[in-house]
Amino acid sequence: MSILVDKNTKIICQGITGKAGLFHSQQCRAYAKEHRPGEDVFVGGVTPGKGGTTVDDFPVFNTVAEARAKTGANCSLIFVPPPFAADSILEAADAGIELIVCITEGIPVLDMARVKKALAHYPKSRLIGPNCPGVITPGIAKIGIMPGYIHKAGTVGLISKSGTLTYEATWQLGNLGLGQSTAIGIGGDPIIGTPYIDLLELFQNDPGTEAIMMIGEIGGNAEIKAAEYIKAHVTKPVAAFIAGQTAPEGKRMGHAGAIISGGAGTAEEKMAALEAAGVVVARSPGEMGVALQKAIANRKKS
Amino acid sequence: MKIHEFQAKELLAKAGVAVPKGIVAKSPEEAKAAFAQLGTPVVVVKSQIHAGGRGKGRFKEESEQPGVVLVKSADDAAAHAKRMLGNTLVTIQTGEEGKKVQTLLVEQGLKIAREIYAACVVDREVAGPVLIVSSEGGMDIEEVAAHHPEKILTEAFDPVYGLEGYQARKLAFALGLEGAALKNAEKFFRQLSKFFLDNDCSMAEINPLVVTEEGDLLALDAKVTFDDNALFRHQNVLAYRDLAEEEPSEIEAQKWGLSYVKLDGNLGCLVNGAGLAMSTMDLIKLHGGEPANFLDVGGGANVDQVTEAFRIILADKNVKGVLVNIFGGIMKCDTIVTALLTAYDKIGIQVPLVVRLEGTNVELARKMLAESGKKITTGFDLTDAAKKAVASIQ
Repeated sequence: MSILVDKNTKIICQGITGKAGLFHSQQCRAYAKEHRPGEDVFVGGVTPGKGGTTVDDFPVFNTVAEARAKTGANCSLIFVPPPFAADSILEAADAGIELIVCITEGIPVLDMARVKKALAHYPKSRLIGPNCPGVITPGIAKIGIMPGYIHKAGTVGLISKSGTLTYEATWQLGNLGLGQSTAIGIGGDPIIGTPYIDLLELFQNDPGTEAIMMIGEIGGNAEIKAAEYIKAHVTKPVAAFIAGQTAPEGKRMGHAGAIISGGAGTAEEKMAALEAAGVVVARSPGEMGVALQKAIANRKKS
Repeated sequence: MKIHEFQAKELLAKAGVAVPKGIVAKSPEEAKAAFAQLGTPVVVVKSQIHAGGRGKGRFKEESEQPGVVLVKSADDAAAHAKRMLGNTLVTIQTGEEGKKVQTLLVEQGLKIAREIYAACVVDREVAGPVLIVSSEGGMDIEEVAAHHPEKILTEAFDPVYGLEGYQARKLAFALGLEGAALKNAEKFFRQLSKFFLDNDCSMAEINPLVVTEEGDLLALDAKVTFDDNALFRHQNVLAYRDLAEEEPSEIEAQKWGLSYVKLDGNLGCLVNGAGLAMSTMDLIKLHGGEPANFLDVGGGANVDQVTEAFRIILADKNVKGVLVNIFGGIMKCDTIVTALLTAYDKIGIQVPLVVRLEGTNVELARKMLAESGKKITTGFDLTDAAKKAVASIQ
């Protein structure tokens, strides 16, 4: 079992004729072919004005609505450049796409404020990202830019704000024999489609998930909200790590959201809130996997 | 991106947000002329730097001279301007090194009845823009938030239409404004919200926002920052960028698509990905070292970028060693090693180098490192690499 992505997920890419869009579409298709030979998982792409053509055997459509009608796609992976990405998200939602995964980094924050408001009118669509590595259900489908081979199927639900740090965590989990049910990068921007708590709820209710690993960063209070949610609703073991413990105040650390202002959103506050919610918090990024192992062991004892 | 107060006020005035009359001066003569032109009995001479705390700040070269000063004569304006221009202002926000003052803003004096606070920011929790107001103007808003949270009012507004009239009035009533001030506040708050949206600001803070004896509302100070990701559609704002206010190494890094922040430590780090880069800094500190920088080479760095990254890190004279931490995903580890070895030869790296690689093609990459014959230490995991890097400079 898994969340968000399963055997019925059919993927298209918005921006498939761009360099990154095509490369990652190929990678995702190859992943699907390797794990589910003979099945059509990645079914095409959209580039306005290039409809009717093909690119490396992917059929290209002018609009998402057309792509959905002709391929049955229910998931879109977005690689459209930042000035146009917000528009692409809305197009996907309007076409009835259920899972929208936006990889694009650098979308203006007020564009996302507008998108977020508009998405309220499309309750069936869920946006993951932007500025994220995507979603993977190992062995079923990879929808994003993560290296597929480091993910092994298993029972850990992984939620993270960061890209390579997620790979690091996945690697550590893999070395301990812990595979993932689904791994999700939620994105490092101030306004994102799906926050931790939505995914915590899905993982809590997913019979295929037995433990949850959560990776956060400085800035904002999403991790504090997650801690409150965990305390009230999550019975599965949870481990966490917060990046940016030593980041100075007022400096932006790569991710648009990773900035501490006036003592709010510090790693210290977040770690304390998570620990108070019974989460095992790794002090060192070298001990993320071990922390989850400990969380699982603690739960078995009690 | 940050801009100066005088630039912010130019933009605000254009957007219909009331600001005091002011004249930019770059010499004592211009300051003197500005006094005469403004025609008020008192004028304010304000240093223009990208940092707050100017009023309480003092100059390195003129230890008695504050960064903002009230003057009552044209000669006084010139005398103060002379002590300010070209000198280095140190405030609570500039750090010890301070910032050189190149420009002054000379402003009319106002008959101030009250000082309040207003700011627009994006609030993550409501996932949209908000207007924050407070009766406590002129104070550090974070202090007010900590000690008197009840004195801070927040109103979320629509990201397309801005603050509605009833929302603005609600805040104005709550602040106890009446008569002309009430009407002016409604206009001020709404125009400020429009300004914020139209310019893709990340913050537009008016502190203090003064209410005059006549009931006018004017932005006495203005701190405006912009969303870097939206600058492509604001060429007019981009023209206000003042490179002299930015860290030269950070400007250089931007040119190469690298995300770099200079810090005070002595162990340089080169990492792919923002989260992993922050974690690497954490790890260095955890094992007793001090990171010299944050540096994210991004997801698809090539030989030129990695070479440049090394050049930037090593240009920092404090750097005594470098830790490279790469988790190869789409970017293959052997690509990074090729880049690393090229950079090594090109730049002639003299300091200890510890490399930790994991991910795609790691075996090949490790072999390349081992066969290179260069003095490069490898770490087998994160912790091991951090320990070795810290030890290498002790």
